[in-house]
Amino acid sequence: MTSPVILADGLVKRYGNLVAVDSVSFRVDEGEVFGILGPNGAGKTSIIRMISCTSPVTSGRLEVLGLPVDGFPRDIKARIGVVSQENNLDPDLSVYENLTVFARFFEINRAEASRRADELIGFFGLSEKRDTVIESLSGGMKRRLTIARALINRPSLVILDEPTTGLDPQARALIWERLRALRSDGATIILSTHYLEEAERFCDRLVILDRGKILLTGSPGEIISERMSRALIEIMNEPDVRAWLDQEGISYEVYGDLLQITTDTPEDFVRRIVAACTPQRLLVRNSTLEDVFLRQTGRRLIR
Amino acid sequence: MMHGPVSRRVVHVWGRNFHVFLRTWQVSFLPPIFDSLFFMLALGYGLGQFVQDIGGVDYPRFVAPAIVAIGIMNASYYETTYGSFVRMYYQKTFDALIATPVTIEEVIVGEILWGGTKAVIYTALILPILALFGVISLPGSLLLLPLGLLGGLLFGAIGLCFTAWTPSIDTLNYPSFLLITPMMVLSGTFFPLDSLPSTVQYIAFALLPLAHLVSLARALTLPSTAPFAFFSLSWLVVATGLVMLLSVRLMRRRLVV
Repeated sequence: MTSPVILADGLVKRYGNLVAVDSVSFRVDEGEVFGILGPNGAGKTSIIRMISCTSPVTSGRLEVLGLPVDGFPRDIKARIGVVSQENNLDPDLSVYENLTVFARFFEINRAEASRRADELIGFFGLSEKRDTVIESLSGGMKRRLTIARALINRPSLVILDEPTTGLDPQARALIWERLRALRSDGATIILSTHYLEEAERFCDRLVILDRGKILLTGSPGEIISERMSRALIEIMNEPDVRAWLDQEGISYEVYGDLLQITTDTPEDFVRRIVAACTPQRLLVRNSTLEDVFLRQTGRRLIR
Repeated sequence: MMHGPVSRRVVHVWGRNFHVFLRTWQVSFLPPIFDSLFFMLALGYGLGQFVQDIGGVDYPRFVAPAIVAIGIMNASYYETTYGSFVRMYYQKTFDALIATPVTIEEVIVGEILWGGTKAVIYTALILPILALFGVISLPGSLLLLPLGLLGGLLFGAIGLCFTAWTPSIDTLNYPSFLLITPMMVLSGTFFPLDSLPSTVQYIAFALLPLAHLVSLARALTLPSTAPFAFFSLSWLVVATGLVMLLSVRLMRRRLVV
């Protein structure tokens, strides 16, 4: 078995009295797409910054590409690509220059930098904007360029902090499409997001954080199947429906004017409820990470 | 640590700023030229008409080296205060740089080095103007270029200390008008320091970097007036070293969280 790309063991990050990351342990193997999920303030960015060697570890062990982050930041940073949450492109420079000037920080020579820059510009569909000053790019283009820039050193590990936050659906789809291409080339990718449905589609494995601690870990399929039934049924909250559910001993949750029931046999359930009463609206769908997360972090179960 | 915190990668940080400077060179080159032109006309020849001479030197020649020294100070100080603050706070350039093999220390030293370089560029733009007015002696005055680098490094480091301290871009105005502007008029720039009470003279030479920069600049353009040149040079060298160390410390405290 090869050594892990990332190994975190009892990782802690404290800012004064605030514990942002509270003894977190996980590993990421080569070629995996690993998601770090959770609501705002859960500690995602703190973990990402420690992995990127831009924020010191308070305590615990953290190794990236087999090297401890506190001993070898330069060696690690030479082999990773980081896409931060905030746009930090150079506004005074063109698309092409943003890539070539950045390449110098990795000691890539001019000819090679130029070659890689044009290759990445093509890959991310920015050819028409090659010599445009980045001020005039759309948000989606800027994000694509930021990702392109993170690949200039051919990194073994790509780290993306909220790569699609704040973008419209079209721009988001384009970014996922490029990331999927990257993934099929065998890159190890770590990404944080609070879009659980995107993570579910894209990640091989993930951790879900809440208040600095790991709440759930595993592949999206495992996380869902271990904690929830396969299907989720939503029905209008009406007295006769509630009465029938109570009588049958079926547990449900109330969300305003909706009732939610989870079941592994949705067809059977629908047949029975339709025979017993006349629900106004009935929706059957697959359980998602979002459902698991909401259940785990505080929506209480009635009954 | 396998490697020291400051390597030749400093040059890349410097190079990034130089690259941007060249992109906007049409704008970047104008301030020092116009500043020195107006200073020379207003002070050298406007005010100068009312001044007989200062210790046997006519007023335009007396003021010319001070204009260079002020140019050196402004070039680097404003570069590493407003310029660096915009890069650090608004453009997040420093964040982008430290995600590469570049260290925070290299970013800081690179910024100061760039401040020093900008001071040299400004000096090189001001010198021909002063030469046209015939108020500096050549080729001795060309030594103002290396002096520009030394002064630029010092004021660059001073500026970066304030950048590390300032909560916002607005509060950067305080060191400008509480320190830089008073220093500009009280450093033997427009009138000789020995016309002030001796206590004030001592304070000026103990604390004001511009006083030493002016006195050295004057020693180079007016070779007859160099009593304390060696002392001033030593003062500038020591102060540059100390303030650079301080700026790295303050910046680390701000950026390493």
